[in-house]
Amino acid sequence: MNWTWISQNTDLIGSALGEHLLLALLPVLASIVLSIPIGFLVFHTRSAANVILAIFGAIYSIPSLALFVVLPLALGTKILDPLNVAVALTIYTTALLSRSVVDGLREVPADVKQAADAIGYGPGRRFWGVDLPLSLPVIFAGLRVATVSNIALTSISVLIGTPSLGTLFDQGFNQGFLTPVWVGLILSLVVALLADLVILLIQRGALPWARRAA
Amino acid sequence: MIRADQQAPGPGRLGNAGWEWALIEFKSVTKTYRDGTTAVHDLSLVIPSDKITVIVGPSGCGKTTTLRMINRMLEPTSGQITWDRNPLRNIRKTQLRREMGYVIQSGGLFPHRTVLENIQTVPHLLGWKKDRSQGRAEELLAMVGLESRLANRYPSQLSGGQQQRVGVARALAADPRVLLMDEPFSAVDPVVRADLHEQFLEIQRQVGKTIVMITHDIDEAIKLGDQIAIMRVGGVLAQVGSPQQLLEEPVDDFVAGFVGKDRGYRGLSFTSASGLPLGSVQLVRDAASARTDAPVLVVDENANPLGWADRTRPGQVQMLGTTFEPDTDTMRMALDSALNSPVGLAVAVAQNGRFAGVVTASQILDQVRHLKASVADAIAARAEADAARVEAEAARKEAESVRQEASRIAADADAEADEAARIEAAIKAAEEKEEQARSAEQAAAAKEAATTPAPTPTVEPEQEWTWDPAAEPKVGRTDAGDAETGDPRPGDSTAGDSNAGDAESHYR
Repeated sequence: MNWTWISQNTDLIGSALGEHLLLALLPVLASIVLSIPIGFLVFHTRSAANVILAIFGAIYSIPSLALFVVLPLALGTKILDPLNVAVALTIYTTALLSRSVVDGLREVPADVKQAADAIGYGPGRRFWGVDLPLSLPVIFAGLRVATVSNIALTSISVLIGTPSLGTLFDQGFNQGFLTPVWVGLILSLVVALLADLVILLIQRGALPWARRAA
Repeated sequence: MIRADQQAPGPGRLGNAGWEWALIEFKSVTKTYRDGTTAVHDLSLVIPSDKITVIVGPSGCGKTTTLRMINRMLEPTSGQITWDRNPLRNIRKTQLRREMGYVIQSGGLFPHRTVLENIQTVPHLLGWKKDRSQGRAEELLAMVGLESRLANRYPSQLSGGQQQRVGVARALAADPRVLLMDEPFSAVDPVVRADLHEQFLEIQRQVGKTIVMITHDIDEAIKLGDQIAIMRVGGVLAQVGSPQQLLEEPVDDFVAGFVGKDRGYRGLSFTSASGLPLGSVQLVRDAASARTDAPVLVVDENANPLGWADRTRPGQVQMLGTTFEPDTDTMRMALDSALNSPVGLAVAVAQNGRFAGVVTASQILDQVRHLKASVADAIAARAEADAARVEAEAARKEAESVRQEASRIAADADAEADEAARIEAAIKAAEEKEEQARSAEQAAAAKEAATTPAPTPTVEPEQEWTWDPAAEPKVGRTDAGDAETGDPRPGDSTAGDSNAGDAESHYR
């Protein structure tokens, strides 16, 4: 570990970290917004839901490189546009999170849904007031996995020239110099752990009932 | 509101008055599911207002389907259901459901909401102000017998019985006129259930809702129902009537069997074992020291029973079987304990586990016989109470009609008094007038008397004028004469001659 290099390159490390966070977390926020309606719709297809979820699983297994090649064609963006990475990560995260939403909705106890109907909830109010809140423990679990995996995945952006902590790996490999690689690795890990912790704390704060029940 | 044809604002809260119209009526309702099974077949049933109707039957008899058609969770395949004569189809589902409280087995509480929030669900849906619904929720919490310290707990932190109470409170929150209950007490243990039953009846005495409850437990139905509808598999109504009617005049073997089935034995689960006479038995610490043929109970140093001394193998301990706590356990557990004891004695223990006494199966059965008699008594008492209530109602009505009659008579009397007063006033007025007339007459007479000398000037001057025709015009035009002459009145006899002289001079 070359501490001098680190102290001389704080700007580079800082900007790589900033880009990385932005690139990793924006898709998470976007997919939270996307996966709730998608999950809702998929859940309500009933018998088709499992087929659709299998397709989502397949999407997650598309190699990222392939996506980076296809997306500029589909979106009309330039090949080096950071938007390509953001969109690709959003697709992965949404595929993952939609599944959690569906699983969460499946977890809502039937008697609670029945009680909600029986005392006069309309479908919309029931979804926002009962079904979704009760799915949140499962959704949060999915969110933690999706966020952590997104933070790990973001490094790959460097392959298409979008800066992130991956930039440090690239530099280290090119120069046969391990310090940037270590820095990138450790920062990536720390960011992932911190993000996980933050989500966990939000979950605890937002779902006191789930904590006490446990 | 939603019932356009509703005729009175406070619908039938006073019993019989509302019986005829504020009710739910099934008219030849059939429900067939898509898979072809008929859950309810040609059901015609009147659910009276402000009473508890219990629908009871074996599983698969369509009782749940029946209940769910009342708040349109399910729609009938044919036939019609009306509420206050208004077809349910005309009422919006969410609105209908908010006007009918719903209690389901084990509460169906929202796990993510606190007790207080759960109770406020329907007021919240109806858009009540925060402090109104909060106040109402606190009131209901007390009504169902829950301490206010539970208000901010989550359902998972409550016992089954407490959850059930919250479920009832939630159903009552917006003061619905109808309460639908889907096996509300079946998820709690028998002792708690008996408690809930008592409290439920007490609440009903206070709020007087139209309640439809379903259960598979005929004892519960008999205990709680004002009206019981027994359904048989295939969704056919077997019989409907009061508990006594069903017990005394079952229409067929099915009803007789259903009402009678296991009644005695299951009834034990509703009864506390606390009334049993506890006997004593020899206690030893060491099984080897048991020397008699009588049963000897081996206990530990805390007097907790360990087992029975084995008579055939000295020093050995035979299994104890189950024990029971007289204060908290039911008669059924006591009987179990006696039946599975190797010496035929049920062992009663105190709460701390110490030996409290023994009782034989036959003593328990004696108690049961006594109990059965008291159940019959209770039914009779209930019938009596009902009769007394009816009588009281009749008396109240009679009192009311007497009161009305009295007030009518009073009104008549008032009217008569008025009339009399009016006549009196008229008489008085007439008398006064007469009096006036009389006094006027008198005054006139007096005046007449006083002016008797005066006629001389009025008459005599005439005579005078007659005598002196020249002055005659002056008689008719006294004033003119006065004005013209400034002279004293013509009646002034003193001027008589001079007047005549003036007049004469005038006309000249």
